[in-house]
Amino acid sequence: MNLKYDIVIIGAGPAGLAAAVSAKKAGIDKVLIVDRESSAGGILNQCIHNGFGLHKFKEELTGPEYAERYIDLINGTDIKVLLDSCVIDIISSGNEKEVIVLSEEQGLLRISCKAVILAMGCREKNRGNIAIPGSRPAGILTAGFAQKMVNLHGYMPGREVVILGSGDIGLIMARRMSLEGSHVKAVIELQTHPGGLNRNIVQCLQDFDIPLYLSHTISEIRGDRRISSVEVSPVVDRSFPDRTRSFNLDCDTLLLSVGLIPENELSLKAGVQLDNVTRGPIVDGNLMTSVDGIFACGNVLHVHDIVDWVSEEAEYCGRAVASFVKGEIKKGREIPVRTGKMLSYTLPSKVEAGKPAVLSLRVLAPLENLYLCVRTGKDILYKKKFRKIFPSIMQRISLKEVPEDAQYLETYIEN
Amino acid sequence: MPKQFDILVIGAGVVGAAIARELSRYRLSIAVIEKEEDVSFGTSKANSGIIHSGFHSQPGTLKLKLEAAGNRMFDRLSYELEFPFERRGELMVAFSEDELQILHKYYQRGIQNGMTGMELLGRERTLELEPNLNPDILGSLHAPTAGVVGPYEYCFALIENAKANDVEIFLGGKVVGIRKDGAHFEVETDQGESLTGKFIINAAGLYADEIAKLAGMSDFRILPRKGEEYLLDRRVGGLVRKVIFPVPSEKSKGMLVIPTVDGPVMVGPTAVDIESKTDFSTTRTGLEAVFKNAQKMVPAIRATDIITSFVGLRPAATGGDFIIGKTKVKGFINAAGIQSPGLTASPAIAEMIRDILKDEGLKLVKKDNFRPERKGAPKIRPLVEKMDYTAIEKLIAKDRNYSRLVCRCENITEAEIVAAVRSGHTTLDGIKFSARACTGRCQGGFCTSRILDIIHRETGLPIEKISKKGKGSEILLFKK
Amino acid sequence: MKKEIICISCPNGCTLEVDVEKGKVISVKGSECKKGLEYAKNEILNPLRFVTTTVKITGASLPLLPVRTSKAVPRGLCQKIVKKAAKIEVKSPVKIGQVIAPDILSTGADLIATRSLE
Repeated sequence: MNLKYDIVIIGAGPAGLAAAVSAKKAGIDKVLIVDRESSAGGILNQCIHNGFGLHKFKEELTGPEYAERYIDLINGTDIKVLLDSCVIDIISSGNEKEVIVLSEEQGLLRISCKAVILAMGCREKNRGNIAIPGSRPAGILTAGFAQKMVNLHGYMPGREVVILGSGDIGLIMARRMSLEGSHVKAVIELQTHPGGLNRNIVQCLQDFDIPLYLSHTISEIRGDRRISSVEVSPVVDRSFPDRTRSFNLDCDTLLLSVGLIPENELSLKAGVQLDNVTRGPIVDGNLMTSVDGIFACGNVLHVHDIVDWVSEEAEYCGRAVASFVKGEIKKGREIPVRTGKMLSYTLPSKVEAGKPAVLSLRVLAPLENLYLCVRTGKDILYKKKFRKIFPSIMQRISLKEVPEDAQYLETYIEN
Repeated sequence: MPKQFDILVIGAGVVGAAIARELSRYRLSIAVIEKEEDVSFGTSKANSGIIHSGFHSQPGTLKLKLEAAGNRMFDRLSYELEFPFERRGELMVAFSEDELQILHKYYQRGIQNGMTGMELLGRERTLELEPNLNPDILGSLHAPTAGVVGPYEYCFALIENAKANDVEIFLGGKVVGIRKDGAHFEVETDQGESLTGKFIINAAGLYADEIAKLAGMSDFRILPRKGEEYLLDRRVGGLVRKVIFPVPSEKSKGMLVIPTVDGPVMVGPTAVDIESKTDFSTTRTGLEAVFKNAQKMVPAIRATDIITSFVGLRPAATGGDFIIGKTKVKGFINAAGIQSPGLTASPAIAEMIRDILKDEGLKLVKKDNFRPERKGAPKIRPLVEKMDYTAIEKLIAKDRNYSRLVCRCENITEAEIVAAVRSGHTTLDGIKFSARACTGRCQGGFCTSRILDIIHRETGLPIEKISKKGKGSEILLFKK
Repeated sequence: MKKEIICISCPNGCTLEVDVEKGKVISVKGSECKKGLEYAKNEILNPLRFVTTTVKITGASLPLLPVRTSKAVPRGLCQKIVKKAAKIEVKSPVKIGQVIAPDILSTGADLIATRSLE
């Protein structure tokens, strides 16, 4: 079946929903969102805990509540949401794009459109990615999969749980599993500092007396059919396990919260260039990728930690796509954005001189007592003091205007 | 009342499966007894998937003879049984003058065995064929008859075809007793199943020595040899087209770079003798050895591209060669010690067993209604790769479930998962090996919950009873 | 007596230095907003938490409905509230914000739906 839309948005999670609403508001006529799940809301549906929306709505909402705010906005428009549908290819020819979809309801769809917004989010890193030595028994799940099964389907992975990784997903699941009656024996963290928010250390670990082992890793998994124990070792030099000082933890479940990877398989298929650091598309100041007419926002672009910023980025993207479709994008002079020492990346990688810009970046390691700055060759455009700054918190810098005569922007740290 | 059969095959790995299928051509009642929850769950599931080119083994061995014979049978087999097989060829690469000399030796051996198309190549031609090889390579031996195969798909296809030709498969029961009662054997499993047979074929892999012992013989021991393998992200799948071998050592063929028939590159295996038949652990030293060797041959390979790893235990027998033949217990026939090139040799082993049975007095009368062909469920992935949307629409018109993508990474639809469940694969590993879901980048992160629902819907099994590889390996322990 | 705690009122997670004497909070240092002061007082004397969990739902596209307490409740009651919620079964359709269980365990907080389901 052939269909025609102005914009097709891939993913009905927070990024896709916000981009759709924003594009519609900016005057785009036919907007379609495609999602492989049976409901809109993306990952928020399984994040039943609160902590979302503090900036956007000045309230602390749970994941589903945050999602429903946007779903309500969508329901008030003629934006079409196609669920239980998977995009299998994006073909660009001239000014047109063709999005090929396998839809449970409607079969194979070929949808032509003027622009595509990639909003597919992330997948979780798994045991294979981090090559934990040992056997391959049942009972090893990623924290997100466990969260889905516990919160959406009502099944518990196990009773004696060890969690690898102290990012927010791992911490949230430590609490959830405990509340649901399992015994969470420990959270193991490779780095010297926890990966998640401080508040989660309190309400997910301290509240439940769950020990956190920093600078430790799992050096072996044991168990035949089902996992029976893990060997935990302190790490030397930030990654090498010292097995002479290891200890064992008996368990029947190991949850892995070891990182997220932007889900860009489709982007690669569409010819989009990816950045090695963010693992998301390389984009310009309009969040347009290396392929004309394909834009990206949200976790697929780079891993976010606060959904409010996902929505902001997506709303910005929706407006930019609207301008693009209307033929109103007047490209100014593009200049590169450089990333200084101790910073892991800055997004986007190019901005336009004479226009406002929003930069997102992360530091490489936890740092103290510094200034985070942005400069051109001559002027310092931004300088903010930080007593403490962490890699786990993405920094956003809004610049009113990139100077007309700037040759480049550079983000950097100053003591 | 025990179930009566002419032939009892113990073990449903590639050897047992090939034997069962071969014998199912004849008017015989055949049972295959497998201790795991599904076929191919022993050593066969950890196979590298290479069809060897008839020169690797020592002259004078059964291994060499059957490797060469088996190699030639795979085109016909893959056509009849619809499992993935491609004759990609292999390159054995040399880094020194000494190694170049050794290549000559293998070249001669291959020619003697009648393997066609073998050639010794210089550096330039080698790099032309495989541009991603280390430019320090001096030359190579090219054997175009080598191939890559899906080992579990091969095993499943054999079993499915055997079943379609009236072979009965008994899963989940381990043989714990063998008694000779006149001209019959009586076999008991730990599930209380009792079967009788005129002949027993011992294809029990790692446990072939223990099965022989149950029949009163201790002529050989199985000495497990561990091999670790690492599967890389599909993204680097194009690094090599042919299977890349180093010049081998005494112990093993060496650590290879293998372009699997599915697409992703695999590296390994190691070869370490161990005591235990149940030690399937990967190790840090194994990983390091595999990558050091792989990178020597293909410098672009990185350990950061690993998406998963696994371990196989080769059932090497004392003496080193295959142990195929009759024994002092009349009617008890061994097909044991089948380590590499076992997969390649398997169809030839089956024919050899058939001939042994004939010699032992078994009447082999061909069935009129033998069905040699087995059709697999159509796959959508090749159609997606070729962008053949008309063909996809046709599939969807035939079966609605082809429009529901379950494994997003590998493009596997609900129709294919349902077909796998209906073929008898009700564990996640069984689905993984037959339908190939969960083998991609996300390693089941997205598709697992859907697969659980499909298995539940098709079989009625409660979600908390669905397992990874049989009882004791349930995915989720309890319902809230 | 000085105690150091982390404020959980918002994702900033400020570290607060609280001075407690004879069961009364004398001073709170380090908070960047009013919520921090409130939190510090409560945390030392009567820690409060929001509870988010699920209840069963029949006749809907999913078997579980996510819920939360309408306000923070004493920390010691969290586990009991989750246990109680696990036994509750509601019928679809349910609208977001709908009260599932009023005044749960006499905390003064209602258990409300955080999602519309049908």
